[in-house]
Amino acid sequence: MKNNRLFRNIRLGIKTLMLHKLRSLLTMLGVVFGVGSVIAMLAVGEGASREALEQIRRLGSNNIIIDGERPDGDDEGQRGEQTRLLIYGLRYADLDRLQTGFPDITRAVPVKLIQREGRIGAQAMQLRMVGTTPDWFKLVDRPILDGRALTGLDLERKANVAVLTEHAARRLFSAARAGLGSQIRIGGTSFTIVGIVQSESAAAGGMQTPDRNTDLYIPITTAQERFGDLQELRSGGGVSREQVELNQIIVEITSLDAVESNAAAIESMLARFHPRTTAYRVNVPLALLRQAEATRRNFNIVLGAIAGISLLVGGIGIMNIMLASVTERTREIGVRRAIGAKQRQIIQQFLIETIVLSTTGGLIGVAIGMLIPRIISATVAMPTYVTPLSVILALGVSMVVGIIFGIYPAIRAARLDPIEALRHE
Amino acid sequence: MSTPAAQLEDIHKTYHMGDEPIRALNGFTTTFETGSFWAIMGPSGCGKSTLLNVLGCLDRPDAGRYRINGRDIAALTDDALSEIRLKYLGFIFQSFNLIAQLTVAENIELPLFYLGWHPERARKRATELAAEVGLAERLGHRPYQLSGGQQQRVAIARALANDPVLLLADEPTGNLDSATGVEIMDMISGLNQNGKTVIMVTHEPDIAAQAKHRLVMRDGRIERVEAHA
Repeated sequence: MKNNRLFRNIRLGIKTLMLHKLRSLLTMLGVVFGVGSVIAMLAVGEGASREALEQIRRLGSNNIIIDGERPDGDDEGQRGEQTRLLIYGLRYADLDRLQTGFPDITRAVPVKLIQREGRIGAQAMQLRMVGTTPDWFKLVDRPILDGRALTGLDLERKANVAVLTEHAARRLFSAARAGLGSQIRIGGTSFTIVGIVQSESAAAGGMQTPDRNTDLYIPITTAQERFGDLQELRSGGGVSREQVELNQIIVEITSLDAVESNAAAIESMLARFHPRTTAYRVNVPLALLRQAEATRRNFNIVLGAIAGISLLVGGIGIMNIMLASVTERTREIGVRRAIGAKQRQIIQQFLIETIVLSTTGGLIGVAIGMLIPRIISATVAMPTYVTPLSVILALGVSMVVGIIFGIYPAIRAARLDPIEALRHE
Repeated sequence: MSTPAAQLEDIHKTYHMGDEPIRALNGFTTTFETGSFWAIMGPSGCGKSTLLNVLGCLDRPDAGRYRINGRDIAALTDDALSEIRLKYLGFIFQSFNLIAQLTVAENIELPLFYLGWHPERARKRATELAAEVGLAERLGHRPYQLSGGQQQRVAIARALANDPVLLLADEPTGNLDSATGVEIMDMISGLNQNGKTVIMVTHEPDIAAQAKHRLVMRDGRIERVEAHA
């Protein structure tokens, strides 16, 4: 019975609001735009931060990535007048120290990059080889699509085997998996392709070994033996020579809690053995993750504030109209009171009207707020994600706005003296 | 004799217009028997509107006792007074006071809505009442689609919906032409003949002549009471 009366009150509210369609619509607009823009903004923010978090997460939150940095701004090296030797990067000794001196490190994976020309049959192309260990495939979370990963045995035997990225395979051979078992000649050595590994997505960012289309993963022992640490790079007119032992070391830490302390310890260890602090960089995906999450939190707080202001404005609009409506309907209120409506029932009636108004505005706002991100995604290729929570929150807030800004006009209506109200013209 | 519909004992009500106290009711005492039909008359400012407001439980007397159907309402809260209006009283106003956004049926159902009747039952009752006042065909109409006489008939049906002990009419024909006024008065007289207690404020002698008793007020008191000739 009670629900029934509530339902009838809601129907009456809708009916009353429909009497002044344009006015009701204009009154709702504040809430519509408030809710719509909040959902849309949150969707854009959420899309961007999810992408960032996903990139970082893909690097592994238990991992620490140490890059050997190529010194830049080295003007002598760029003159190209003479061949000079540039020595930089991480050392094999660094790897040893990481493997022996840090009990929290479960794996330390070296990465050595080598640029060479390779041949498949008569076809020649520039290749980049990544000399590493089997653990690399475990750390970077990239599935083997076909064949196998590098093994300990490959490492031990300095085997001439290579794992190709899917992209590279697709470019070098007709189909992604056609290359399995083929031979690639690099320098004087013929490598057998034993596996195809999934390519890194374009979004993965620069911290992990960049995934060029022609990346080839080979045992690091093979890389050391066949190619050594010295590389000649032709650029422009000259030739520069670089000596690099390791380009990168990826380290996995036992537990999340230990990641940051170990990162600091690694940093100070490296500082002791490398004279220039610009020679290396320690990247901690976990720290980046935390930072990204903090950024996201701040972003959401700012959005919340904007949302709050726009809904406040919407609410004030509603209150304004409801106050006018109470004045306009003074006589109706008098009649209802004379018939026997209690103050509480008058409050309920007006409150329901404002809640209907704000909730309808909220619903339209949700529809708009869900549409805008789709349009954004479709037109500017920006990732968006409408979280169910933002929809529920925005709708809830719009209802609360209805209650807060409706209560005062409703109470004013209920407190009217019935005699005065009946006399009102 | 049955319980009087309304009983007033030494009712006082004073308003303040600026510094000036206005004794709208000044020791007003009378009894309205069940089934009676009264016309309240008197010059403007004599307190007849205030009397109607007190009778209608819209206003509380400063002093005195007022019983409806034997129940003293002097000390009741606003909610309790609303309840009394809802259960025992029916109002007919000069300007009809129908609610514009509601249909004829919904207007008639309004008291039943507040009484918490089931909608189907309320609609059935509204349909009967509309038929009684000759508006069976107009249930779905809006007030603005009706003539003044028709609107007043809807208002009468609404006033009857809760089967009130006391029907209070404030110049019920004041906004109507004389032919329609006669129609409405016939209807009100008919209701009284069927047992309804009616108290009507009017300043028109012809209208007042249709009541069984006339009560003429002056300065917040009864000047004289006339029975039907």
